[in-house]
Amino acid sequence: MSASTPTTSPTTPGGPQATTGNGFSRWVQRVTSGSTWTVYALLIVVFVAILVMNPSFGEPMSIMAFLKKASPLIVLAIGQYFVIVSGEFDLSVGSLVGAQVVIAAKLIDGEDSMTWPVIGLMVLFGLAVGLVNGLIVTLLKVPSFITTLGMMLVLYGAIRLWTGGAPTGSLTDGFRQWGRGGLPDTPGQFQVPFAVLITVVLGVIAVILMRRPFGRTLVATGDNDVAAAFSGASVWWVRTRAFLFSGFMATVAGILIGGYAGVTAQVGEGLEFMAITAVVLGGVVLGGGRGSVVAAMAGALTLEALFTLFNQLSLPSTIRPAVQGVIIIAAVAYAAMPRRSKAVPSPPAGVPEPTVPKEPQPAAP
Amino acid sequence: MTAPTAGEGVTAPLLQLRGIGKVFFGNSVLRGIDLDVRPGEVHALVGENGAGKSTLMKIIAGVHQPDAGTMELDGKPVAFASPLAAQAAGVSTVFQEFNLLPERTVAENVYLGREPRRFGLVDAGRMARDTDELLADLGLHGLASWMRVGSLSVAEQQIVEIVKAVSYDARIISMDEPTAALADQEVELLYALVQQLRSRGVAILYVSHRLKEIFDLCDTITVLKDGDFVLTTATADITPDQLVRTMVGREFAGYYPDKDPGTVPGAVKLALDGAGNTQVDGIDLEVRAGEIVALAGLQGSGRTEIAHGVFGVAPFTRGTVLLDGKPVTVGSAREAVRLGLALVTEDRKAEGLALEQSISANARLVLDAVTPGSSDRRAKAIPGILSSLDLVSRSKDAEVQYLSGGNQQKVVLAKWLVTDPSVIVLDEPTRGIDVGAKRAVYDLMRTLTARGVAILLISSELPEVVAMADRILVMRDGRVAGELPAGSDEETIMALATGAGDTSEHVEVDLSALDVPVGSSVRTARPAHSDTLQEEK
Amino acid sequence: MSTAVSTASPRAGSTTSGPRRRRLGSTGIVYLALVGILVVSAGLVAAQGGSFFSQGNLFYLLSQTSLLGFVAIGQTFVILCKSLDLSVGYVVAWSSLVAATTMAGDPSRIWLGVVAALAVAAGVGLVNGLVISKLRVNSFIATLGVGLIIKGYLDTQFKGPSGEVPKAFQGFGYTRIGPVPVSVIVLAVVMVLGVVLLTRTRPGYHMFAVGGNIDVARLSGIRTDRSIVLAHVLCSLCAGIAGLLIAARFGTGNALVYTYGYDLNSIAAVVLGGTLLMGGRGSILGTIAGVLILASLDTVFNVLDVSPFFKDVLRGAIIIAAVAMYARRQIDPASSRARFKALAQSVRPGSRGGPGGASSPDRTGPAGPGSAAGPENPSATTGKEATR
Repeated sequence: MSASTPTTSPTTPGGPQATTGNGFSRWVQRVTSGSTWTVYALLIVVFVAILVMNPSFGEPMSIMAFLKKASPLIVLAIGQYFVIVSGEFDLSVGSLVGAQVVIAAKLIDGEDSMTWPVIGLMVLFGLAVGLVNGLIVTLLKVPSFITTLGMMLVLYGAIRLWTGGAPTGSLTDGFRQWGRGGLPDTPGQFQVPFAVLITVVLGVIAVILMRRPFGRTLVATGDNDVAAAFSGASVWWVRTRAFLFSGFMATVAGILIGGYAGVTAQVGEGLEFMAITAVVLGGVVLGGGRGSVVAAMAGALTLEALFTLFNQLSLPSTIRPAVQGVIIIAAVAYAAMPRRSKAVPSPPAGVPEPTVPKEPQPAAP
Repeated sequence: MTAPTAGEGVTAPLLQLRGIGKVFFGNSVLRGIDLDVRPGEVHALVGENGAGKSTLMKIIAGVHQPDAGTMELDGKPVAFASPLAAQAAGVSTVFQEFNLLPERTVAENVYLGREPRRFGLVDAGRMARDTDELLADLGLHGLASWMRVGSLSVAEQQIVEIVKAVSYDARIISMDEPTAALADQEVELLYALVQQLRSRGVAILYVSHRLKEIFDLCDTITVLKDGDFVLTTATADITPDQLVRTMVGREFAGYYPDKDPGTVPGAVKLALDGAGNTQVDGIDLEVRAGEIVALAGLQGSGRTEIAHGVFGVAPFTRGTVLLDGKPVTVGSAREAVRLGLALVTEDRKAEGLALEQSISANARLVLDAVTPGSSDRRAKAIPGILSSLDLVSRSKDAEVQYLSGGNQQKVVLAKWLVTDPSVIVLDEPTRGIDVGAKRAVYDLMRTLTARGVAILLISSELPEVVAMADRILVMRDGRVAGELPAGSDEETIMALATGAGDTSEHVEVDLSALDVPVGSSVRTARPAHSDTLQEEK
Repeated sequence: MSTAVSTASPRAGSTTSGPRRRRLGSTGIVYLALVGILVVSAGLVAAQGGSFFSQGNLFYLLSQTSLLGFVAIGQTFVILCKSLDLSVGYVVAWSSLVAATTMAGDPSRIWLGVVAALAVAAGVGLVNGLVISKLRVNSFIATLGVGLIIKGYLDTQFKGPSGEVPKAFQGFGYTRIGPVPVSVIVLAVVMVLGVVLLTRTRPGYHMFAVGGNIDVARLSGIRTDRSIVLAHVLCSLCAGIAGLLIAARFGTGNALVYTYGYDLNSIAAVVLGGTLLMGGRGSILGTIAGVLILASLDTVFNVLDVSPFFKDVLRGAIIIAAVAMYARRQIDPASSRARFKALAQSVRPGSRGGPGGASSPDRTGPAGPGSAAGPENPSATTGKEATR
């Protein structure tokens, strides 16, 4: 979505920018006019930087290993995208990922035959969490920040209560293969990780969904839920479905992370903020109504690439959060900037619509 | 008629406007406006929608700056850079959107931003005392400084706004349709306050559509029409009939498309029988296939509420809704869409469009939201509909927020047309759109009725109502005040809607009591250029 | 009509009798809930043969209160301004480290340490406030980002507990005057200052205005950016005091303090105390009650030897339930103007609300639909623009 505005568009005759437009500056304008472009540009820059530092990163095996590592965050970003674009937040995904891994370990407990039934149970559990989040937000009108924060606490406590503090049990290889295995199943050779395949499939499904009536209604609801309701949308059900997707994606991410990294007490911690960072980095606007799911996925990939770059630079891993912080603020501040020039902020005299001769009054009885 | 006359010539004007002009985007919306406001005078500013009242008010309030003319306060030239500057000079404005904090008390709102201090701390006691004193001074015994503004009625909130203006030692208070949102008994409260202010020597500029109020309250009346100054007169020197005649009427020949001769009203599509809820009561109406029924009336008279009742947004709690003769229950907009109803809402931006989405996404929003299964198939009709509406845009992917008001309205219309509705409710369909888009809307209405669609048209534009409707229902205070046939003149409608003719007593208006001969409307020859001034972006 | 001059219609008062009268405010409800929880707790503890109000338990309760209390008081300022601070946990950790490393066990450097810690905290608040008000970054993102930056710095710079707090300063953490810990006295002082600020000073009044409706505030001549920056500086300062308290208790500074969840817990305490997450309404007294409720739960679970994890579950459920209750109270029947009685003469089956009705537009309320449900009010477009 190249959000070219009438003021910055090169086709605007006589516009102040148009006069200065040679090819390069136009390109710059295009890249800088919407934050969606920025994420791809940033992704390329980071990749180039990594390749310069370490040319072997370009080998298929390294790329695949990188993608495998990035997969869970990408999947989480997809889920978070659905919720954010509909105008809400989901802070519960991190603890849900943690809960799912612990549930899997405890219920499977090394028993191969249990793998699939437990995966089925996990999916149901993830959907249930999403449903509860969605219904509390839409029907009880509790702000999603509070709802999902509460859910985060409940899940965190409930899981530890259930296991007595530390995770118990163990995962089977059949379970873990989804997070660490791949095709063909010959370790040491080139293989396409299952995690990458799953992520691609989910990504494609998400893209298709967003092009379907559901996706358009979801974005429209995030943009203007009053207009959506006047158009016959069931706003509560639209948003609840977004939370259902988020719960499902967190479940998948849990399966991938459990497979990749195994079971620890800390698994999932802080992932909700990572996912939100990724989505926002992809140019998706908090508050809803703007942004694409592919850009959100690219945001997750960029974030992971940055972390890889820091490894290359032998920066301590502890510096990661700081970079994440700088990026998230810069991305949002950057996205806010062009908006300020076109959506003229109400001057100190901010009586509604100073630029419009608006005689007819909105009857607000 | 006992309206007191202003002592013209006795007192010097407090505020004097000469030759005020304003241009928006190359369109002149005000030209050569003269206005004298004297101390202790209640000065009515009247005119039809689009006459320029609000723009003039905003210039006086410091929201807009005039492009021509001079403004003098106490004989000294002034220019207000902001509402704050105007307020500091003693010119306060009470806008329709309240500038109050509902969670704070009356006193806290009145003194917001300039709380009295003692030893560096806010002197809450003095603030409360001063507020209570002010309230008592103004005879407002129902209000107290400690009350939370959010718990007050709309009228009382309005009064808090006025009290706030008074507390600034305002010498001029302008009020923009202060009674638009008030019920009858609440209006009295406002009347009393206005009288009280007048007796204190405050000048009041009063914008209203309600003739009864104007003749009850105001000393002087200034009429604007299409951005021009028409006249200023003492209230005693003009009758309601004359005033209405001065306000309305313009040339519109050739502007409204004629009815297709083949269009004849068919069976009753939509009928309301005794419908009512908290906002409207006892509504009986019928709309036939191929018929345009107009709902006329003032802002807040209950027209939009009927639309919302029919469409299930704020459902009726009494009476029956019949569709094709069968009783139906419409509990939500979703159900309404499924029943073949469509509602083009009054507030295009707040209720009609997802502004950051593309034209095509908005045009298929109803299909997507209600019938996702067949949405793709049915959406194929959208390009045809958009081009039949002459939508001008570079691309169907353009975000609707960058379209003109007229093109935005075409997108809204397209989103409903694609659902193939049998009954369409149009709430102010031509508000804020240019003349070309208006013409497109009128043409569309004719085309739809020729196809047998039933249209309920809600409009404040009287020429539009008169020219387009087959029948006209006039609303007043939540009830149908009367029904008029096609071609009724604007004055009759205005009289019925405002209650002109019963300006001194509370009597139901009886049509036969109105001494207005049908078809006697005064129409001055004037090009319809004013419509182009309404373009919104 | 000349008669109308003397008095307003006496009916004016009677037209909207009802909820306009002083009613039990949110703060009152929270204190009722607190009393209820204390009674139930005492009963439960007594049933096990103990005493909830023993000195040890009270001391535990008060120490728990003081730590979260400082942070939550600060959080109240920003939430009142319709902002949010997710960086407080990191500020607590950082200021504890700054204090401990500056003091470095030298009693003569105590004041230097205190000033340094508070200056660092105030600086963070300043950055938060400026990023939010000048760069127009959503407060959620801004403070999350700033918090992460601090986290990165702390993780890189401090591998474990650092610095040493002189014995004299550790008294701030442990000394009691009678049964009351010094930290609680300091908390009380901060609380009183906060209450005075919010209810007796212009900056406080203006915070309510900024949170209630930033356009109205601006229109009234309030410099809204200043209010937001001030709220964030105060919030971080309060977190800085909490950091000092941590340093005093541990005798050293510790980066891992940020894992204690002060950010989300303080927000929870504030909303539990009846302050609107959307700003414009709330009180420090309510926040203190919210903190006391959380601390009482902590204490009683501690005494009853209940799993601390159950506490998390309950805390999450209580927060959601409390906000759901407040959301219900927000739907104020007085704000809708009924011209006719709503009572149905003949009840139609179609008058049911239904799920669609619940979220469908209802123009009678002052706020648009979904205003309580979303992170941002969709009808307040100006606010939406501003927070991007």
